[in-house]
Amino acid sequence: MELHDVWFVLIAVLWTGYFFLEGFDFGIGVLTKLLARNRKERRVLINTIGPVWDGNEVWLLSAGGATFAAFPEWYATLFSGFYLPLLIILLCLIVRGVAFEYRAKRPEEKWQTNWENAIFWTSLIPAVLWGVAFGNIVRGVKIDADMEYVGNFWDLLNPYALLGGLVTFSLFTFHGAVFAGLKTVGDIRARARKLALKLGAVAAVVALAFLIWTQLDNGDGYSLIAMVIAAVALVGAIVMIAAGREGWSFALSGVTIAAAVAMLFLTLFPNVMPSSLNDAWSLTVTNASSSPYTLKIMTWCAGIATPVVLLYQGWTYWVFRKRIGTQHIADAH
Amino acid sequence: MELALAPETLARWQFGTTTVYHFLFVPLTISLAALTAGLQTAWVRTNKEKYLRATKFWGKLFLINIAMGVVTGIVQEFQFGMNWSDYSRFVGDIFGAPLAFEALIAFFFESTFIGLWIFGWDKLPKKIHLACIWLVSIGTVLSAYFILAANSWMQHPVGYRINKERGRAELTDFWHVLTQNTALAQFFHTLTAAFLVGGAFMVGIAAFHLARKKHIPVMRTSLRLGLITVVISGLLTAVSGDQLGKVMFKQQPMKMAAAEALWDGEDAAPFSIFAYGDVSKGHNSVEISIPGVLSFLADDDFHSYVPGINDINKAEQERFGPGDYRPNIPVAFWSFRWMIGFGMASFGLGILGLWLTRKKFMLPEAMRTGEDEVPNLVLFRNKALSPRLARCYWIVALWTLLFPLIANSWGWIFTEMGRQPWVVYGVLRTRDAVSPGVSQGEVLTSLIVFTALYAVLAVIEVRLLLKYIKAGPPELTDDDLNPPTRIGGDHEDADRPMAFSY
Repeated sequence: MELHDVWFVLIAVLWTGYFFLEGFDFGIGVLTKLLARNRKERRVLINTIGPVWDGNEVWLLSAGGATFAAFPEWYATLFSGFYLPLLIILLCLIVRGVAFEYRAKRPEEKWQTNWENAIFWTSLIPAVLWGVAFGNIVRGVKIDADMEYVGNFWDLLNPYALLGGLVTFSLFTFHGAVFAGLKTVGDIRARARKLALKLGAVAAVVALAFLIWTQLDNGDGYSLIAMVIAAVALVGAIVMIAAGREGWSFALSGVTIAAAVAMLFLTLFPNVMPSSLNDAWSLTVTNASSSPYTLKIMTWCAGIATPVVLLYQGWTYWVFRKRIGTQHIADAH
Repeated sequence: MELALAPETLARWQFGTTTVYHFLFVPLTISLAALTAGLQTAWVRTNKEKYLRATKFWGKLFLINIAMGVVTGIVQEFQFGMNWSDYSRFVGDIFGAPLAFEALIAFFFESTFIGLWIFGWDKLPKKIHLACIWLVSIGTVLSAYFILAANSWMQHPVGYRINKERGRAELTDFWHVLTQNTALAQFFHTLTAAFLVGGAFMVGIAAFHLARKKHIPVMRTSLRLGLITVVISGLLTAVSGDQLGKVMFKQQPMKMAAAEALWDGEDAAPFSIFAYGDVSKGHNSVEISIPGVLSFLADDDFHSYVPGINDINKAEQERFGPGDYRPNIPVAFWSFRWMIGFGMASFGLGILGLWLTRKKFMLPEAMRTGEDEVPNLVLFRNKALSPRLARCYWIVALWTLLFPLIANSWGWIFTEMGRQPWVVYGVLRTRDAVSPGVSQGEVLTSLIVFTALYAVLAVIEVRLLLKYIKAGPPELTDDDLNPPTRIGGDHEDADRPMAFSY
């Protein structure tokens, strides 16, 4: 296995980490409208991710930074090509981060309602757009001989990619509902489990449709295995939440996300961004990658840093393992 | 008009706007993290209430500020790909590595431990909770280091070779990129300047409360801490600035000549205090200067030769082919002066403040400051400042809190604008770095949207800061003074409200 292949895998791992972690906190953001019945319940939900959302988001920054360093051509083509969707995602992430931090800083109801609305929309929109983006990456976009994206914004809104958007949206919301069940007590927990069942059913339908489509288009034996794992895990997650085993359900919805990401990257390999105009113009792990020297340094860095990061982020989840309910939220603000 | 709206111009405006805006929060984050950590350490060691109240007060302002720093930082990482894709293709092999290191090593640190610190007041043992804020502080410094190493490579590319076949620069010596003198000098200068920002911020806000005779014990401590920070960091900023300047004179003579509006090379070159020049003709029409000082700054010698703008332009034309290799001279000249002027002004005020509030034993018994008294501002033994003068000092101290921020912004404008027309000095021109596939409309849209959003957020942030500044340090509760010392989960009083929640 050459180093650029290693980095292809590592970038897949970083995206998996990002979608696993920020997936449930996007989901929680969306659930502030779907699940919470009043301000206090919204606060319970927001506080389930309070200590961790910021660390979750860094997985995206690492994926971005790693792509820049390991596959500069991919980074350049992807981010200049998907200009407007990326702009929208960035705007959402800016407003979302500020919303979490500033929501409770003033007591006025209007102030808090505004930020809560912001949290809902800025969680929903990126949750959809990431799916659209990955749908396009896998399907291939108009890339010319100079590795430049020559399509336009509307080319990105094709049925396959839009279905991808629905998949990430429904899957993240389901994942978030399971997380809400896992992290709360009382009435909200019971409702989270019920809602998770419905969301799980929706997610299962769209995700299966999307994954089968992907398999028929570009799949091979490996991607088929990943697809089967994703499907089985998703069904398992639904069964487990129905049985009231939130921890198992959350682990399985996580496996679903990981297997789905793995499937997308498996169908992509050895391309990183196929050209829909001409196969010869596709960006691959070899023609888009950095020099072996850079990859070697990066491998050392990732090899040492990643386990440490996992350790202390894992510890954070342990510190804040306690379930919370409305009784833990003070009445003030 | 066409040129003014060219994608390159718009992309540069966007990069400038988002970067300067981001950098309003960065220095404050770096310094307030360390200062808050210092105050919390003082509390853990002495158990004095005023330190805990100070920690909570400055910690809150720090959090309001870091939130903006974090979210505006996300944009920075992605706009290289969005607006500068040819740059990314050309230098990604080198420039991407420190960026990835920053994310993997510094960002994860910062953002994970900040969550633990904010929400961990009643979940973590005192010392582990204290360690969290120190780790945040280390994270902010590491992050600055990696970014400055990347930026320094653009100022002075080292440790690379050009791969003609792939049409890009490739890394050959990463260690050299991380440890070259440009990187170290920039890091030292930026770090010390960051503490100047935090120190002045503390002084200004403490002065505001002391002038109103509110929260005196906490604010007295903060005032002294702030003043000491301003003076020490001010001194180190000057020293590091001088170091960086000498490095720049060797590596980017054009930038420094532009900073001085030195058109033609001179022996015993003068330091210009004021100049009004004619860029098209290449000379100054009015100039006030001190002879020899520029030579000294460049070379530690009052008589050595310093090349001028016209000489360097000619030399670069011979080296790189026909073209204009001059940056925007008035911008370089004035930004350099504003940087130094505002930085020195805050440093001067720090010294004045430290002298006026010097140790109590300088005072006779009758004039000693009690625990609940505003510190006397003492000119000489037995001679306090009149109330009117004292008031003047508080007001000046309050406004000075903005000075280092202004100095920092101009510093970046100077260092980035002074490098033009190069994006990587001597290797890649800015006009060759923009994204060829991105339309004018797209860049214009993002420029407008970012500027508008940043403006709205600025209003929100400043209002919030003002609200919390005015409110002053919080009163303490029993839980604050005797926090439980267990990690997470089960607690005898399991349904107690959380100490901190959004």
